[in-house]
Amino acid sequence: MSTGDNRRDALLIAGLGVIIVGVWLWLGSASTIQLMVSAVSYALIALGLNVQWGYAGQFNFGVMGFLMLGGYAVVLTSFPVNEAFWSSDGPNLLGRAIVAALLGLALVLAAHRVDRIGIRGRAKVFVVVVAYALAYLGYRSQIDPATVLIESEAGFVGGFGLHPILGWLVGGILAGIVAYLVGKACLGLRTDYLAIATIGIAEIIRALLKNMDWLTRGTLTVSPLPWPVPTALETGIDDATLSLITARAGFLSLLVVLIAVIFVLLQRAYAAPWGRMMRAIRDNHIAAEAMGKDVKARQLEIFVLGAFLMGIGGAMLSTYVQLFDPGGYQPINHTFIVWVMVIVGGAGSNVGALFGGVLIIVAWNMSEPVSRLLFQQLDTLVQAIGWAGIPDVDARALQMRVFLLGVVITIALRYAPRGLIPERIRRHEDE
Amino acid sequence: MNELVFFINKVLVSGSVLGSVYALGAVGVTLIFGILRFAHFAHGDMMTMGAFVSFLLAAAFAAIGIQTPLPTGFIVLPFALPIAAALALSIDRGFYKPLRDRGVRPVTLLIASIGVTLMIQGLIRLFFGVSNRSFFENEAKEIFRIAVIGAKRSISFSEPQVLLIITTVVAVTALHLFLTRSRLGKGMRAMADNADLARVSGINTGEVVRATWIIAGSLACLAGTMLALDVSLKPDLAFNIVLPIFAAAIVGGLGHPYGAIAGGFLVGFAETLAVFNWSSVLRPFKDVLPDGWTLPSNLSLVPTDYKLTVAFVILVIVLLFRPTGIFKGAST
Repeated sequence: MSTGDNRRDALLIAGLGVIIVGVWLWLGSASTIQLMVSAVSYALIALGLNVQWGYAGQFNFGVMGFLMLGGYAVVLTSFPVNEAFWSSDGPNLLGRAIVAALLGLALVLAAHRVDRIGIRGRAKVFVVVVAYALAYLGYRSQIDPATVLIESEAGFVGGFGLHPILGWLVGGILAGIVAYLVGKACLGLRTDYLAIATIGIAEIIRALLKNMDWLTRGTLTVSPLPWPVPTALETGIDDATLSLITARAGFLSLLVVLIAVIFVLLQRAYAAPWGRMMRAIRDNHIAAEAMGKDVKARQLEIFVLGAFLMGIGGAMLSTYVQLFDPGGYQPINHTFIVWVMVIVGGAGSNVGALFGGVLIIVAWNMSEPVSRLLFQQLDTLVQAIGWAGIPDVDARALQMRVFLLGVVITIALRYAPRGLIPERIRRHEDE
Repeated sequence: MNELVFFINKVLVSGSVLGSVYALGAVGVTLIFGILRFAHFAHGDMMTMGAFVSFLLAAAFAAIGIQTPLPTGFIVLPFALPIAAALALSIDRGFYKPLRDRGVRPVTLLIASIGVTLMIQGLIRLFFGVSNRSFFENEAKEIFRIAVIGAKRSISFSEPQVLLIITTVVAVTALHLFLTRSRLGKGMRAMADNADLARVSGINTGEVVRATWIIAGSLACLAGTMLALDVSLKPDLAFNIVLPIFAAAIVGGLGHPYGAIAGGFLVGFAETLAVFNWSSVLRPFKDVLPDGWTLPSNLSLVPTDYKLTVAFVILVIVLLFRPTGIFKGAST
């Protein structure tokens, strides 16, 4: 690590600081803190992807799915208890559906082992398919009446009314469990196949959470989710602006502390033998395997770790807006943007991921007012010439940010393929 | 007979329409993968872009006053296809070729294609807004009905649907002839098989790459326009179906054009069959059911909300169990 590199990094970070101060002067404290909450949450998600892609070279394009799981975990954990559900017949029916699902799972697992009793080849495939079909039908026969009852009598299952920070932890764990199952099945796939598979899985998660009204209220959305710190109304400050700023600042400082802890831990892990092993697997997994490393287990481990961080980040985002809306998740806003962050920041570099996360969120959110300003100027200009004005200027200006994201990714790949703050591996001769 | 007509309308007609769109898209995806070895994620948006090119041309035709018995959006295709092909070529020139020349890994090209997706989508939304548009604002969408003896309902399909299926058949036949008869097509197959060997054998690989983009771009434009004629034109027209298209290409084995066509129809029919309500077909057998059995009102395999999810599930299952496609060994 040379001093030139350090100076460059410091300059870039200082530049980002100047941009944020500019935003603050323009938009005021309340909006800037809101922007920074979003930026910091996304920075954590970018760290998660950086662990997967930067440390291990895993091509996870299902970030959105893990964010949704995190968001839903907050609903389940910290949304107030729904008495109407617990006093109805719902828990009983749901319990039967869970039993049916478990029995189905046992049936499928048993079917996978029929070769022990001499059924092999095509016959085994047939048995397995039949087992899956029976398991599915059995589950459907129990879950369908349960969902109808819950939706008509109680609306949805509700939550457990626990503390939101516990919800964030549950979000990470839920995302981690799903990542374990996904990774177990998919991590053997080649890069682009893994990308397509994870996109598909994220879409399946989205479809499920969007349509399981009994669990998530679907498109009806769940709100308000409780905050871990006092909200603007709970601060007890009379002045509306001041209470808003206090509440948001409280939330932001909580996030900053959490992320600082996670960042330090990740940096330590990266510098430790564990990190070196991960880089070895990423750069040449065959050689690493020859050295006796359990490549599959290590890759699964890192996939789960990355998804855990994404789940926490997704939980933070929903908690802040106090809303879980499964219809609001889009691949562009929740998967591709995170990829842009990691690529622009520098794959493999945690500082880069944090930098990229904050930079891209600021650019993404600021491109709307900036382009609206530009478009309005253009509009007055063309009207001054005597042409017709641009129809729905504001709605069109908003679309500029999608284009901008595409331009950023293209420029980054062309001119800074290793990112703005690239990975720098410390070697002994450097010291 | 009513039940049979219902089945034909709900499964045969909509399955073939969906299958044709998927097949046309998947052929492009699979050709690009075969030649350039990367998953071209921007293919869906190239379809949307093609549809908007046709839309602009159709508007121009309408402004001049050209009226034909066929939909104007279909008449403009001979002009729209070259434009779309040129756009596809320039996208390759501007965004993929510089990276290829630097010798980056295919993964980087996949990321670049996501950048292209975002740019195309941003530009389309910028210029056309986010509203739905229709090709049939100034002309009527003809609907054919075939009366079936003994049935109250009739088999019905619209003019764009007929045109879509006809053009798919024509395009697939033309592609088949090109790949098997022409020098360039044979070169394309050779390069898909083994790029280095093709280069040593004197095949102009640059020309093959250009041909690939021309074919993929025009097929994308064709599929996008026909889809927009059938439903409506909106900026996320094909972005939403890019995954089913990948599912189709992967089911058929990435890199195999014939597999992609079969995969397209397979995925299309799987989607329509999965959400089809079987109880309406089984209704005639109501009387022969054993005592105590009643026919539930909804007997579909999955709820209608999960229609697209069927494609994702097929995609993931095929990737996990047969990543080289289900026709492995059958195709050359």
